[in-house]
Amino acid sequence: MSSWARWSALFIAGFCCSLAAASDYPEAVLDIGRPATAEEVSAWDIDVRPDFKGLPAGSGSVEDGETLWLEQCALCHGDFGDSNEVFSPIVLGNVTDEDMTAGRVASLTDPAVVRTTLMKVATVSTLWDYINRAMPWNAPKSLSPDEVYALVAYLLQLGYIVDYDFVLSDENIADVQALMPNRNGMTMDHGLWSVGGEPDVVGSACTRDCDVDTTVTSFIPDYAMNAHGNLKDQVRDYGPFPGVQTAPVSSAVVESQPAEAAAPEATLMANGCSGCHRLEGALVGPGFDAIRERYRGQDVADYLTDKIKNGGSGVWGSMPMPPMAQVEDGAVAELVGWLLETN
Amino acid sequence: MSSDEVPHQGVLRPAPESFLSGELISAISRDGIDHHRRGLLRGAFGAAVAAMAGSAVASDPDIVTPPEWSRTLGKPVATNPYGLPSLYEQNIIRRQSPGLTQTDQASVAFTPLQSMFGMITPSGLHFERHHQGWVDIDPRRHRLMINGLVDTPVVFTMEELMRMPSVSRMHFLECGANTALEWGNSAVPTVQYTHGMLSGSEWTGVPLSLLLERAGYDRRAQFLLAEGADGSSMTRTINMENALDDAIVAYGQNGEMLRPEQGYPLRLVVPGVQGVSWVKWLRRLEVGDMPYAAKDEASHYVDLMPDGSQRQYTAIQEAKSVITAPSAGQKLQTKGYYCITGLAWSGRGTVTKVEVSVDGGRNWREARLEGPVLPKMLTRFNFDWVWQGDAALLQSRVHDSTGYIQPQRAELVAVRGTRSIYHNNAIQTWRIAPSGEVDNVQLG
Repeated sequence: MSSWARWSALFIAGFCCSLAAASDYPEAVLDIGRPATAEEVSAWDIDVRPDFKGLPAGSGSVEDGETLWLEQCALCHGDFGDSNEVFSPIVLGNVTDEDMTAGRVASLTDPAVVRTTLMKVATVSTLWDYINRAMPWNAPKSLSPDEVYALVAYLLQLGYIVDYDFVLSDENIADVQALMPNRNGMTMDHGLWSVGGEPDVVGSACTRDCDVDTTVTSFIPDYAMNAHGNLKDQVRDYGPFPGVQTAPVSSAVVESQPAEAAAPEATLMANGCSGCHRLEGALVGPGFDAIRERYRGQDVADYLTDKIKNGGSGVWGSMPMPPMAQVEDGAVAELVGWLLETN
Repeated sequence: MSSDEVPHQGVLRPAPESFLSGELISAISRDGIDHHRRGLLRGAFGAAVAAMAGSAVASDPDIVTPPEWSRTLGKPVATNPYGLPSLYEQNIIRRQSPGLTQTDQASVAFTPLQSMFGMITPSGLHFERHHQGWVDIDPRRHRLMINGLVDTPVVFTMEELMRMPSVSRMHFLECGANTALEWGNSAVPTVQYTHGMLSGSEWTGVPLSLLLERAGYDRRAQFLLAEGADGSSMTRTINMENALDDAIVAYGQNGEMLRPEQGYPLRLVVPGVQGVSWVKWLRRLEVGDMPYAAKDEASHYVDLMPDGSQRQYTAIQEAKSVITAPSAGQKLQTKGYYCITGLAWSGRGTVTKVEVSVDGGRNWREARLEGPVLPKMLTRFNFDWVWQGDAALLQSRVHDSTGYIQPQRAELVAVRGTRSIYHNNAIQTWRIAPSGEVDNVQLG
């Protein structure tokens, strides 16, 4: 398509679909809403831009960051930010001295190399902004600016971008930006920012005897067909296209063990428990299997009720459990009863 | 199905094509039904009915004996004050892809496209994608602030926003990572998991342009930051061009308030742009003069190219289509007529044409577009097909109002490689085996 045709198509699309402007309405519309106070703006305007507009004054050392990291971050991200247990790794090596000089991480082209945050991110402001607004996982916005500086400093040290004795501050963060390993790794040379952008790939209009390779090169092997559960149960079962049976059909009824009470999974999901606790094995907090094991047969219903309602720390490690005051009493009783096998 | 098995209730056998000549079947398959062929078909159906009248067909007990629902008093009104789907529709739910994520808060639940009709997604089946869990916000305590390069930073309550002039528009919402698992190989077994981060809804709210005018935005500003009120307070940079054109600060979805999972009580709607920019639980908009490099536009939602560069601020969802039925994990039960159905959409404009191939992209015929066909909204297409029981490779291909044509996977991968995660709008192939079973395959 010629660029003239594209622009005229865009113009027509814009003309027909733009929503109305204020001039289309009585002026009184613009009286709705009120000016925000300076205090309100400063409470909510927390973003930090790549040019560091919005960055609060402060500082934090790698050493302080390490202490904080081990207390509040390591359970999900690993002591060295290298874990992929819960989230993608933040630091994992794969960055060379040449990359640091060029500001482009070459191993991004290697499919065998796991992409980490420090390989991808071009802007140090992104780390500061995100940790400040959203971390820790279960208690966002609980860190002071100095703590955020310290945590960013620790991550930068893990990536060998700064030394262990480094203290990051609003004064020197721009110097750190000039060291970010992938600082030149982003491009806006693509057509996906603007609605009128130029597509990089356009398909063929051929409709008859088209020259395409119809060899099947990839399909899901039989052994993996049930990995998402029985597909037969995921479709309307009386329509023209019922689902394929992918689960093995057992011919004999298996004698079931007098099994443990099923986990109240709906309650765990609905109340946010499963964000930090898995049925088996530790995640952010201990696994429910470990909790059940520790308290089996003990008369600790009130104690566990209090822990759920009011939170605590130090029992399973230093990661605090936040108070879950919003969980209704009935749900707490159900959870405690399940944990202590008294339901 | 062997000949002595009882046929599925409601499925006619022998199938009509048993009375058609092979020549007529291939002509219809290849070129569709024209006036002459329709006449031949009618003749053949007449012969089929005559043949069946002479044979002994067992009566259907569900007709002969009145079923229980015909012999009982039904339930009272308002038994379910907020209505629920039938008990028989319990398979049709949002589902997670096992192993995709390690926590349920930063995860996805996919929409069951394989069992849906038309162009509107029921709000309860709208896919979920959260970055740090979802919250249910008290609307009386929710506020929207507009600050940055404005004459006056302003604050609105929900009451004030809902007093303002409202618009209602139908738009698709697709996650930028929809079909992400399919870049390298066929990875997931049904259309729910390949394409289920997709929805079409009617959104109601205030034109964003009006709110920006209320705040007196700087006319030179090119960028807008949108921020959520939830724990993640997720942020994305919005192109001012989109913000002033057709973006909506929405509180309504399909005639009711937004669902909590969709950002109740307020979310941004940016038609044609990937879902991550439709910030949920919207609390703040900041007018700015540079993009913000937020986490979800600096670490995630950047598209890695084969040369190691990352495309940043990719936003537009280019034209894409998919056949939703029959699709992988389903089974055709008999030979004969089928209505192949699917969805097409474009983030740059309107769907102008959808074509379907049953031979892996060698030959294409045009599908029927069901109306209305709206800009930046899902369009339902249907396609007549007589299946002769042979292996087939089904594909659909969309054209949009800018002249863009959806590419084959090989064409897309040749430019972008297989590791860019986001914005995979390649043509999807479903393989039909002679048994009627359908699976997800890739060609070439």
